[in-house]
Amino acid sequence: MVLAMAGNAVGLGNFLRFPVQAIQNGGGSFIIPYLVCFLLMGIPLLFVEWSMGRFGGKHGHHSTPFILDSMDKRSFWKYLGVFGIFTNIAVAAYYCYLESWTLSYAYHSVAGTFAGMTQEGVNEFFTNYVSLGTNQPIVFWLLCLVLNTWILSRGLSGGVEIVAKIGMPLLILFGVFLAIKGVTLTAGEQGAINDGTVGLNFLWTPDFTTIWEPKVWLAAAGQIFFTLSVGMGSIHCYASYLKSKDDVALNAMSAGWMNEFVEVVLGAAIVIPISVGYLGIEKVVELTQTGGLGLGFRSLPFLFQNWGPTLAAVSGFMWFGLLFFAGITSSLAMGTPVMGFLQDEFHWKREKAAWTFGLIILILGAPCVFFFNEGVFDEYDYWAGTVSLVVFAVAEIILFAWVFGMGKGWDEITRGADIKVPTFFKFIIKYVTPLFLLAVFAGSLPDIINKIANPGNSYVSIARIGLLGLYAGICYVVYLAYKKRVREGRFH
Amino acid sequence: MMLLANIIVTVFTVYFFLKVLRTPTKDAGDFPPGP
Repeated sequence: MVLAMAGNAVGLGNFLRFPVQAIQNGGGSFIIPYLVCFLLMGIPLLFVEWSMGRFGGKHGHHSTPFILDSMDKRSFWKYLGVFGIFTNIAVAAYYCYLESWTLSYAYHSVAGTFAGMTQEGVNEFFTNYVSLGTNQPIVFWLLCLVLNTWILSRGLSGGVEIVAKIGMPLLILFGVFLAIKGVTLTAGEQGAINDGTVGLNFLWTPDFTTIWEPKVWLAAAGQIFFTLSVGMGSIHCYASYLKSKDDVALNAMSAGWMNEFVEVVLGAAIVIPISVGYLGIEKVVELTQTGGLGLGFRSLPFLFQNWGPTLAAVSGFMWFGLLFFAGITSSLAMGTPVMGFLQDEFHWKREKAAWTFGLIILILGAPCVFFFNEGVFDEYDYWAGTVSLVVFAVAEIILFAWVFGMGKGWDEITRGADIKVPTFFKFIIKYVTPLFLLAVFAGSLPDIINKIANPGNSYVSIARIGLLGLYAGICYVVYLAYKKRVREGRFH
Repeated sequence: MMLLANIIVTVFTVYFFLKVLRTPTKDAGDFPPGP
């Protein structure tokens, strides 16, 4: 269970997003707001989401619309709970495409496609790939979709758990190998111009002049959301299948800290040390301007070539393999709330629910694939993968701490706990986390307003309307499910 | 700073991981069957 939850949290962001965020926000000093956000926002939200999920499960609910409804009967909560389905569908739609790149690049690494390519050649390969210069991206995307759907159709214990049991240990093994290789790079050997430790020092040398800048704190809070998969609804879903006296506190802490280990210790020790080792600091800073994808896909396949053909193939397979395992354990978690909803409310069989989810992802993901260069992918990521998480987290923490009540909430967190939960978290969950989240939301508002005012091209506008339509559509389905429940007298 | 952050994260991860391993109710069969 812990491995599956850690797999849900550990994603592509641990390896591609975190190091870039750290470099762009003060290097070593970024870790201070980052760990403060983890303590004041990440851990409390993990406790809250695990407890809410188990509480909802006790009443037979496995998705957030009716989990929230079971905590307070005012009808707007279930429509806010729609975020817990909407986000998973919309994020899975673009995330599966990103995941398919890792599968494709793992294949190309082993097939030797990158052997002998120059840096420009590898860069061009990526540009050509996302521009659909060949039909390969579509083939790998469809393969990824079918694989995800098939695993989901086998259920949690028969599918998702097996992937987590195989994928998580392999991911850590691959990560440790590449991290050791990265930090032990020696200048002058195998084409390296810097020691691996130069990259680490560059990443972790603190710039305390930036530490009080709001944008640094917003970036740290955003990274915590992104990395822990809080505010999505997938944690609620997994936890809803626990028994009413099963532990949630230790599960939440161990899964959360395991994710932090993969991110802070492993995630920071691969991309940056290897890139700085071969390209130098200035070039790496330039590449981070385009995000983690620039380093992960445009540079590393070329840099691995310095290690000789065999090790280059092995390292490429390990790097993209670990990204693939990180990706698939997360995308599978996105399918479970949708399936849980369809099974609970409409009594669908597991297979039917899984293939319906796959079909929805196929339809919604197609614009991300075909109009990637027009910004549709980024638009999905912004609204579903960033803004929605914060909005839902604000709603759920207010519901849990102020409407449901902190007294009952604390009982939920501590019931059956296999660890003693420090009582100061009671104060943090009630006062600090809501204020923190509201501050994050307020801090993001100028950017949100700017985005709304400047939609960019027509593809982005249509994508935006599509996402709004998706939210409205799920609200309608939740309304139908509610009416059905009332008719059948299925409320507890 | 870097070293301290790495040590803090590693110590807590190992601590909670060992705690999970030592908890008898958390075994390979603790994963729920649905959905």
